Amino acid sequence: MSFKFNEESQKLAKIALAKYPDDRKHSAVMPFLDIAQRQNDNWLSQDCIEFVATQLEMPFIKVWEVVTFYSMYNTQPVGKNFVQVCTTTPCWLRGSENVVRACKEIISENPKEVSSDNLFSWMEVECLGACVNAPMVQINDDFYEDLDYVSTKNLLISLIDNKPLQIGSQIGRQGSKGINNAE
Amino acid sequence: MLNNKDKIFTNLYGLESFELKMAYTRGDWDNTKALMAKGPDWIIDEIKNSQLRGRGGAGFPTGLKWSFMPRDSIKNNYLVVNADESEPGTCKDRDMIRNDPQKLIEGCLLASYAMQAHNCYIYIRGEYYNESVVLEKAIAEAYDAGLIGKNACGSGWDLDIYVHRGAGAYICGEETALLESLEGKKGQPRLKPPFPANKGLYGSPTTVNNVETIAVIPTILRRGASWFSSFGREKNTGTKVFCISGHVNNPCNVEEEMSIPLKELIDKHAGGVRGGWDNLKAIIPGGSSVPMIPKNICDDVLMDFDSLSAVKSGLGTAAVIVMDQSTDLVKAIARIAYFYKHESCGQCTPCREGTGWMWRILEKIAAGDSSSAEIDKLLDVTKQIEGHTICALGDAAAWPIQGLFRHFRDEIEERLKKGSFAA
Amino acid sequence: MKKIKIDNIEIEVDDELTIMQACEEAGKEIPRFCYHDKLSVAGNCRMCLVEVEGTPKPVASCAMPINEGMSIRTNTEKVKKAREGVMEFLLINHPLDCPVCDQGGECDLQDQTVAYGSGHSRFDENKRAVKEKHMGPLIKTYMTRCIHCTRCIRFADEVAGVNEVGALNRGENMEISTYLEKTIDSELSANIIDLCPVGALTSKPYQFEARPWELKKTETIDVMDAVGSNIRVDTYGWKVKRVLPRLNEDINEEWISDKTRYACDGLLMQRLDEPYIKDNGKLGKVEWSDALQQVSQLLRDYNSYEIAFLSGDLCDLETLFLFKKLSEDLNISNIECRQEGCNIPFTDRSQYTFNTKIADIEKSDCILIVGSNIRQEAPIINARIRKQKISTNLPIGVIGAKFDLTYEYEHLGDELNILSDLTKGKNNFIKKIKKADNPMLIIGNSVLNRKDSLAIFSLVEQLIHKHNFLKDDWNGYNLLQIAAARTGALDLGLYKKGGSLQKIYDDIEGDKIKLVISLGADEIDYEKIKKSKIVYIGTHGDKGANNANIILPSAAYTEKDSMYVNTEGRLQYAFKASFPPGNAKDDWKIINEISNLLKLNWEIVDLQQLRSLIKNQYSNLFEFDGSATSNYERLLANLDPKAKLCESSINYLIKDFYLTNAIARNSKTMAECSQARNELSAV
Ligand SMILES: Cc1cc2nc3c(=O)[nH]c(=O)nc-3n(C[C@H](O)[C@H](O)[C@H](O)COP(=O)(O)O)c2cc1C
Ligand code: SF4
Ligand code: FES
Repeated sequence: MSFKFNEESQKLAKIALAKYPDDRKHSAVMPFLDIAQRQNDNWLSQDCIEFVATQLEMPFIKVWEVVTFYSMYNTQPVGKNFVQVCTTTPCWLRGSENVVRACKEIISENPKEVSSDNLFSWMEVECLGACVNAPMVQINDDFYEDLDYVSTKNLLISLIDNKPLQIGSQIGRQGSKGINNAE
Repeated sequence: MLNNKDKIFTNLYGLESFELKMAYTRGDWDNTKALMAKGPDWIIDEIKNSQLRGRGGAGFPTGLKWSFMPRDSIKNNYLVVNADESEPGTCKDRDMIRNDPQKLIEGCLLASYAMQAHNCYIYIRGEYYNESVVLEKAIAEAYDAGLIGKNACGSGWDLDIYVHRGAGAYICGEETALLESLEGKKGQPRLKPPFPANKGLYGSPTTVNNVETIAVIPTILRRGASWFSSFGREKNTGTKVFCISGHVNNPCNVEEEMSIPLKELIDKHAGGVRGGWDNLKAIIPGGSSVPMIPKNICDDVLMDFDSLSAVKSGLGTAAVIVMDQSTDLVKAIARIAYFYKHESCGQCTPCREGTGWMWRILEKIAAGDSSSAEIDKLLDVTKQIEGHTICALGDAAAWPIQGLFRHFRDEIEERLKKGSFAA
Repeated sequence: MKKIKIDNIEIEVDDELTIMQACEEAGKEIPRFCYHDKLSVAGNCRMCLVEVEGTPKPVASCAMPINEGMSIRTNTEKVKKAREGVMEFLLINHPLDCPVCDQGGECDLQDQTVAYGSGHSRFDENKRAVKEKHMGPLIKTYMTRCIHCTRCIRFADEVAGVNEVGALNRGENMEISTYLEKTIDSELSANIIDLCPVGALTSKPYQFEARPWELKKTETIDVMDAVGSNIRVDTYGWKVKRVLPRLNEDINEEWISDKTRYACDGLLMQRLDEPYIKDNGKLGKVEWSDALQQVSQLLRDYNSYEIAFLSGDLCDLETLFLFKKLSEDLNISNIECRQEGCNIPFTDRSQYTFNTKIADIEKSDCILIVGSNIRQEAPIINARIRKQKISTNLPIGVIGAKFDLTYEYEHLGDELNILSDLTKGKNNFIKKIKKADNPMLIIGNSVLNRKDSLAIFSLVEQLIHKHNFLKDDWNGYNLLQIAAARTGALDLGLYKKGGSLQKIYDDIEGDKIKLVISLGADEIDYEKIKKSKIVYIGTHGDKGANNANIILPSAAYTEKDSMYVNTEGRLQYAFKASFPPGNAKDDWKIINEISNLLKLNWEIVDLQQLRSLIKNQYSNLFEFDGSATSNYERLLANLDPKAKLCESSINYLIKDFYLTNAIARNSKTMAECSQARNELSAV
């Protein structure tokens, strides 16, 4: 088993573990998997899973169950920029297919395919909880909202060009406030 | 329209900083100790009198729910805050957490104290990473200021609050699945009984409440039950944050008075339906789980629990999804059906097998490759799921489909006959 | 007691019952898939829905406790619709391959489709196909047939105590698997085949061998260990096709070990089917009459003190009785059944039996295990201990190697001198023993063949006399036997007080013993007896036969009517399910014929007569109705309080669970299991 928490991860793991009663350390499996995934280029290898299981004294199969149950654990490598496009009804009503089209053009025709430079992969996901700012994508930890075809393309191109991005609304509105709304 | 002075979430949009020093200026933590000094019974009674109903979807009276908690148990009581917010259309808890977190934290203290809990977990959906960072910061600030932790607010009560992040599973919003998840397992709902108030987290008495439910507590206690219940109608009281999405000119979240007419809500806050009210086709008024209602009902329905259930829909999470005349309603519902298929935990038979089946039939209908008999079969399948599953996800998957055909069956059949779907 | 109504009939039932159990008491059949009375309640199949007055939704009867005054309806239109609905859901993705499915004829889904299905499918989509999963040499999977009842997971977690099976993914993509499709590392793994209500988990060794209705079923007793698990042997023609558990709440509940289930293919391999005599170093087939003549001649030729009788682990009680009788009639005192070399001069039956009784483990509140790897020696008893551990979390202490027993215990240490610490009150575990009302001590045979076993035994005696182990209504002293024949053999006196196998080895080495009659004694060290002439009576071309001068082929446990006494001292009956191969004979008849040739005038003509002889002689020892005598005899007072302990670590008798006797060693399936386990432990 070659995976181990690095120093930073160890710190995070300690904080996570402290949240639960001493005799309930299985509760820390989700934070531990998250920490492992962050350290391991955003996916969980077999090594990561066995490491976490060993740390928390859990049977491998029980950790594997958890990993395969939740959609945020990646069991395959993903791109450095992991683009998740919400296509559930509220986003679909406001044109999420245009966002998907932009991803297909810039990243790859097929979802989950990691681009050859490892820079990107994309996939469709279920509602991410930003419905009044639809359509939207999540790239790694950040939400980009109020998108359309053009702004999605711009977003992805900025990533390629390593340009700074504006997190949140791409049409300049404040949070979930209606664009023309009086307070 | 709700006056600004009666809004609870005065920083819903994050125009100001979430930080504690700003929260103080918004009135948070104002003599919390005095509220606590009135005792748990007073708090529970006040909440009962306010007629607050849970904001997580089911609308269960909050004060009553709290009174189920044993207060002399030898085990630790727990308060668990449900910030899993995964119901399509819903994104209100997010704003409360990222922009007004001290309301939630103060609410946690008051609710925990009322239910004699010393430990509180906030289960936030994993995708809300940045929101969880804010929340952790806010909690740290509250600890540092002595607002929570040992002898919280000088009240003599100890309270620890922990944030637990989910990892992508709608089902973890269901309270017992959430508890399983918090215990380090797959999020599969538990059988009830036993109910969480008897055997919840780690086998201890536990109450699970939505973020909004908890975050409104301090203001209710401060301004009084009668202030809160002066909004809305009997048993449907208070202010409420609505999420308005879909085919409107200005999609937004907005805090309004409960029982506001749906049309007024959309016209005043969301800039009206795209193309005007007459361009409206149907609205899903309470998040993806509730049946849609056609325009003629939307014309005058009020946005509260009882009004919406009277028209065979529901307030749910108050996520208003607006669909105009251009919408292919079958596709819209098929996409929701796909969501439920994707999110079924797989534990019980009707949900595991039925959600996928329903989605497949809907896709066929959407493709025009179907018939009236097929619609009957689909509706029968929804009936085979409804009420037969361990948790309410089965119902949530069945109802939107029933809603679609309740109001639009003739139109869909007409189109199937003409073959105009196939286009 | 609570009063409830079921389909309008009032009944009174126990407070703790669920609706399903109450319905059963009322004689109402409730269909189910996920519910199993030995496993936790999952409530996931939703087949058991019933209506309860005042509740809007139908409720899962398996999970719902009854309430005073509840009115339950099991036969309404709503209930019928709900069941049909569940059946339809289960069938939409289930292949319609009953004609080729091994479960055919024994499938809950098939049965319930007939009873509750609506008769036609409205599902026009493609059925889901699920990849097969590797689960080791015993379990074949057809995961497309799985109905996700999770019985297999619950069994592995709860009964077997190996968290190795799980349900991966979610929703309709949920799949049952082991971690990375590894072999399930449990001695009880194949029970999940019985538990699986459909044909998703089937028996790999038994694949396509025969259809259930073509088999002859014989209810009998297992001999793979000393537990005496109740089994059913299914035969096709004269071949044993499979072994299944039979419910006996006192012994094995409804489980059996993988060895009990699968060693049976060893019954067809390497069988001795003709008598053989070695001539010029080569074995040659002979007629029975010649072989028996030669054996009786040998018995005449040697002086009685030059002869040793050794009996093996699988011998039945009748044969042992005659073997002993023969030794007595011939004045032979060198007789020994203790193949591993136990040297305790037992003076009372309760010294070598499992006195607590298996079922009463569930009354114990503290267990001390000394020198026994119970998981390997008696997986069924180990599962009972685990059950008690899980339900009461009783303290369990272990002296010996730190084996994985599938439950948590306090490892007191490897050294046997911890026993003397305990007697002196120096070890902390003694506090737990003191506190206990019903403590148990389990001692294994692995510490009773050592130089210091008398010292160990005497420490154990001191310990149990000091504390609550022996009371009027409780006997907490247990010697766990490993061999099916052993308790009976000791009961009949097939050992020499003050003697041991070592003594016999020495006497052979010293040319004092020159002839050995080995009655299936395959576990002894033939290197140490090969100076003598050897007559081997047994079933397999195993160690005994390979070293014999004369071989007399006999019947295996499935091939004869016979009696066995299990480790609890419980006498049970085995029944003939098939026939010995070729010219092999029932063992008792072989001994009887030798007695005839020796003109001993036994005049035993049939088994019945033989059994009444045993009954007459041992009526005080056995209950002949299959129950276990409650023997509260105390151990005799201290043997040798001053004996010294040696420091060597314990040499456990079972080296490989799957290969403990001649039948198992000749089983292809057991060899595969053994290899799979070696591979697992190599990782
Ligand atoms: C499938 C499903 C998903 C749910 N998701 C959420 C959720 O994301 N957030 C939430 O607060 N409640 C959710 N609920 C409702 C909770 O089970 C529970 O009723 C609620 O958290 C109680 O809080 P309240 O009384 O404050 O409304 C969900 C229920 C179901 C059946
Ligand atoms: S494999 Fe069999 S026992 Fe296991 S879940 Fe599937 S149907 Fe149930
Ligand atoms: S037997 Fe009750 S739900 Fe399966």
